[in-house]
Amino acid sequence: MVKDIICVACPMGCQISVDMNDNGEILSISGNTCKRGDAYARTECTAPARSLTTTVKVSGGIHPVVPVKSAQAVPKGLIMECAKHIASLEIKAPVKIGDIVCKDILGTGVDIIATNICPEA
Amino acid sequence: MIKYDLAVIGGGPAGMAAALRARECGVEKIIVLERAETLGGILEQCIHTGFGLHYFKTELSGPEYAARFIELVEDSDIEVKIDTMVLSISDDNVVTAVNKTDGLLEIDATAVILAMGCRERPRGALNIAGTRCAGVLSAGTAQKYVNIDGYMPGKEVVILGSGDIGLIMARRMTLEGAKVKMVCELMPYSSGLTRNIVQCLDDFDIPLKLSTTVIDIHGKERLEGVTIAKVDDNRRPIPGTEEFVPCDTLMLSVGLIPENELSKNMGIEFDPVTNGPVVDELRETSHPGVFACGNVLHVHDLVDFVTKESQIAGEGAAKYILGGKTDKKYVKTKGINGVRYIVPQKIDLANEGDVELYFRVGDVHKNAKIIVTYNGQEIISRKRPRLAPGEMENVVIKNDMLKNFDENGIIEIQVED
Repeated sequence: MVKDIICVACPMGCQISVDMNDNGEILSISGNTCKRGDAYARTECTAPARSLTTTVKVSGGIHPVVPVKSAQAVPKGLIMECAKHIASLEIKAPVKIGDIVCKDILGTGVDIIATNICPEA
Repeated sequence: MIKYDLAVIGGGPAGMAAALRARECGVEKIIVLERAETLGGILEQCIHTGFGLHYFKTELSGPEYAARFIELVEDSDIEVKIDTMVLSISDDNVVTAVNKTDGLLEIDATAVILAMGCRERPRGALNIAGTRCAGVLSAGTAQKYVNIDGYMPGKEVVILGSGDIGLIMARRMTLEGAKVKMVCELMPYSSGLTRNIVQCLDDFDIPLKLSTTVIDIHGKERLEGVTIAKVDDNRRPIPGTEEFVPCDTLMLSVGLIPENELSKNMGIEFDPVTNGPVVDELRETSHPGVFACGNVLHVHDLVDFVTKESQIAGEGAAKYILGGKTDKKYVKTKGINGVRYIVPQKIDLANEGDVELYFRVGDVHKNAKIIVTYNGQEIISRKRPRLAPGEMENVVIKNDMLKNFDENGIIEIQVED
């Protein structure tokens, strides 16, 4: 099976083709013009991950929400579920940058942390 | 009237970096005037990551990038007035502003830095036919509603324009549970970063429809749908390709306009391509002691470059304040054959350092060359595997080159395929 991906390691945007067997093992990679492209294609085909940014509800703050991010990338397939889980939470003001809003989200081992302050109103 | 060495108009990334650098260079009395209720500018609502890779060598979200500068400003003796709207700047650099606590303020500034940023192009600038129903808004406005005010402007969304803000909002709305039906792009290519096309659209199976635009808006009270159509090479809708797409929200991500009302009223010289002031290598405008930096000067794709440019303006203002006005002899710069514009538009021959020229191309080029000429003679040639309108390029004019140039000479940059 051949999987086509667009490399995002740099602005070149190379079209990379990854040839895989039925067990999901990579047989060959073509179309990339550098080593970073090779590495990107391998991760993208075996364990794609994305960093997640969204907002979480805050009570008693100057704003009703505060922005958050995943401290590390989470598996791509869990992005929507993580976003839904964060949408169900509510934290209390004041919030500082780096505050842990949700520890080990959905068992991924990744913490969700605040990326802005939210002082008390 | 209060006397300041430097008044900075705008407390976003540009204004903060400029004020901080001027302070480092020895300018003592500095005031930053900000219209919003916090410093940070547009970064406060850009909660996605990807900021700071160049400047801090680490990936930050918008608020985190802003916070690093807000902290430095708060720890300094730079004065900040938030909730303050600047109304005018006079010929002798008196800044008139208003706010709720001081009433009318008159600030007599030796130098002024313009750092007001951009506004989004609104629906009115596009001439889309249709009703004036609710549910049509610019992508940046929607971003503020979702990320700061915490409410969703709609459930079924069509986005017109595939610049980075449009792409980012496509993902943002999806994460908050909305259905983004498509992103339409008038041009045959997207001006957004490849990374954003992959991670904001492809990851969520949101179709990107190139050479497609919205030609009609339907709905009485609330938007009920839009009519889209394919466009030809001249960007005219092709009859017979119309399609009705039901939606309750149309987001426009169709470009930014530098917010230059203040600068225009001062009679400053403008560049018709950037819609910003014409500046020299220190970012001084045609008005002595008035500098400009950031998106008010030209639209940037990365805040990291805004910071760098604003530090140059801060240094320039410090030179002017501490050293006084000098007579400048300029060599001009001009983009030709595929290069839309260059900033700065002129360089003082007495400049003591190397000068970086920032420019933008009008089209996508692969394996092209950038040629820099002085009075028609080639002085620099650089290979570029890829050039795109969405990515700002730069070349360095070395100081020893500059020394051989004459007043009124012209440096031109062009693309060769």
